[in-house]
Amino acid sequence: MSILTSSDRVVGAASVGRTKRLRPSYWPFVVPALIVVIGVIVFPWVFTLWMSAMEWRIGEEQRFVGLQNYARLFTDVRFLEAMLHTLVYTALSVLAPLVLGTAAALAFNTKLPARGLLRGIFVMPMMATPVAIALVWTMMFHPQLGVLNYLLSLVGIGPLQWVYHPSTVILSLVLVETWQWTPLVMLIVLGGLAALPTEPYESAQIDGATAWQRFRYLTLPMIKPFLMVAVIIRTIDALKSFDILYTITQGGPGTASETINLYLYSVAFTYYDIGYGSAIAVVFFVLIILLSLILLYLRQRSAWNTGDGQ
Amino acid sequence: MSNGMSLSRRRLLASGAAAGALGLSGIGLPAFAQTGGVNWRKYAGTKIEVNLIKSPRGDTLTKYQKEFEELTGITVVSEQTPEQQQRQKAVIELTSGRPSFDVVHISYHVQKRQFEKGKWLADLTPFIKDPALTDAGFLDDFSEAGVTFARNPEGGIGALPFSVDYWIVYWNKDLFAKKNLSFPKTFDEMVAAAAALTDPPSQTYGFVARGMKNANTPVWTSLLLGYDQYSVDANRNLLTDTPEAIEAAKLYQTLMTKSAPPGVTGFNWAECQSAFLQGRVGMWFDGVGFAPPLEDPEKSRVVGKVGYGLMPKGPKAHAAATTGDGIGVTAASKNKEAAYLYCQWATGKLMGARLLQAGAGVPFRTSVLSDAEVRKGVKMPAAWVDAVVESAKISRLALPVIIPVTEFRDVLGGALTNMISGSDPAAELKRATADFKPILERSEKT
Repeated sequence: MSILTSSDRVVGAASVGRTKRLRPSYWPFVVPALIVVIGVIVFPWVFTLWMSAMEWRIGEEQRFVGLQNYARLFTDVRFLEAMLHTLVYTALSVLAPLVLGTAAALAFNTKLPARGLLRGIFVMPMMATPVAIALVWTMMFHPQLGVLNYLLSLVGIGPLQWVYHPSTVILSLVLVETWQWTPLVMLIVLGGLAALPTEPYESAQIDGATAWQRFRYLTLPMIKPFLMVAVIIRTIDALKSFDILYTITQGGPGTASETINLYLYSVAFTYYDIGYGSAIAVVFFVLIILLSLILLYLRQRSAWNTGDGQ
Repeated sequence: MSNGMSLSRRRLLASGAAAGALGLSGIGLPAFAQTGGVNWRKYAGTKIEVNLIKSPRGDTLTKYQKEFEELTGITVVSEQTPEQQQRQKAVIELTSGRPSFDVVHISYHVQKRQFEKGKWLADLTPFIKDPALTDAGFLDDFSEAGVTFARNPEGGIGALPFSVDYWIVYWNKDLFAKKNLSFPKTFDEMVAAAAALTDPPSQTYGFVARGMKNANTPVWTSLLLGYDQYSVDANRNLLTDTPEAIEAAKLYQTLMTKSAPPGVTGFNWAECQSAFLQGRVGMWFDGVGFAPPLEDPEKSRVVGKVGYGLMPKGPKAHAAATTGDGIGVTAASKNKEAAYLYCQWATGKLMGARLLQAGAGVPFRTSVLSDAEVRKGVKMPAAWVDAVVESAKISRLALPVIIPVTEFRDVLGGALTNMISGSDPAAELKRATADFKPILERSEKT
């Protein structure tokens, strides 16, 4: 039971009154963030959509063409090839670091001598500047002067043409991507391994499970959510990859390694065909959204089932 | 006026002395002889912005910028941007109608027509005719290629001719001597020499040139000039699938597949230069401006062994493919006269001599190339200067004067790359021509 004094009532009434007066004035605090979001995210996208419906070449008159730019995409062989290159490059650039990064994480999760030092060395490629990396790899790939062919010659393998031949260029670029981003996957998976409970392993050992069985039926299912995080990050990263590709091959030889990013850059900023470039950007954006949704769905499905309905 | 003139002369003398004191003049640099009647101080106090391509030429202008400021009293704010990005920046700013710069450095062989159609450059003719701004006969000293580049379809002068690049053949005298060969004088001899020099087991190859898409197109158009044909005619009709074009493409294919190093499809000039620097390539066909590293003992294994040969004669013509840079005043500039003075200074004899002597570029000015005193100070071998002078006599434009030059180079370059991988030249050129034709037509539509 409580007894309110008259002064309490006065304070309470004043407080309620102030709340009522202040509540409507909170919304202005949202305005700055809203303006920024509209200015830097919403407006550019609406503007890109609008540009994609125009025939717009820098230095020329603009005119509305509706969906013509999108229709042109279906007959543009270079765009279709770029799409294929993007998908192949992305798939390989996700898969290779995932496998190698997981293997590295398993290795670093054991009690190796000088583990900290080795882990530090292993993550170094991730810290390097992409353009600098690309220039070094360009030199290494050189068919006559590059160190890679020299190393192959030591084991009796003939010289390869690496990024200088259409059939090997994408694989060679994936090699660079793998070298740089395997450490990221390793760090993510290592974090997952550190969080795993020890009890299931003790039980498995008592039951006589082999190392492979422990990995296959315990570790792999339990680190799946972490692997999915790595897949999402790597997919987004590989899809938007530009610097390494541009520096090493510029999409060549011919257009053998031209991805959508590189083609989009050429169309918009070297051919100055802004309308068509915008249409490519919109299609690419839709592709990324679709892939992201699929991956997010898969991630949700791979989340640990705690058994309590959560 | 007289006061202004005497001040001007004093300034000129002072700047000449300053240049000498700074050790900038080197051997045999000409004085500001062409500036006799020009009132360089007329626009003192003005400030201009200069947009340059990052290159040895841009570096040279920036290095001597203070000299211009002392000479004219004009303040210069200049920036250098890598070629591709500079082109994009210039086009976007000029399209806006309010460029941030008064002076712009352009690549004639890529941007001439685009700039003319956009009317982005001021016509410099009134300034050239003004005796207070220009000495009489200023244009007479430029080579024909330079004036062709500078003149717009209306007869006016856009960007002043700054630096020219002729395509020559660098050849390894040691490798030629070992095979008892002499430098080829015709295309047929070039193919034969390239084949004779090629020895894959020793990683020695007879010929190298750009195979990378886009970069490789001038190689083919240069060969095409030997068949007495340009890639586009005067009415901007494509001539890229004619019998001559196919023959030139076959020649390109033969040289690049039979005598070039493996992986040449991915070679731009830098990879070609690296291969030649190692002493493993007999002939390298490219612009004359790439010569300085070849004579640099720190970078080259072929110092003193390089011959600088004129492009061999084709079946129908003898031609040296030519590209070049210009420097002009933007139509939107509010300081056109001051900006013009900068362009005149940049394309003067003194600057031309500096470019030549440092190997940073070759001026369009014929008097500089033929000046014995200037030649004494040139760091490159005499054969290089001879190749430049002789190329000037047979100079022809390497690339078509059209708006979509980059797309032209991309589409035709892709076809050339495919040829190195074994595709049929006639079929590739036919397809590429069909692909590019609508692009060209659309570009000239409005």
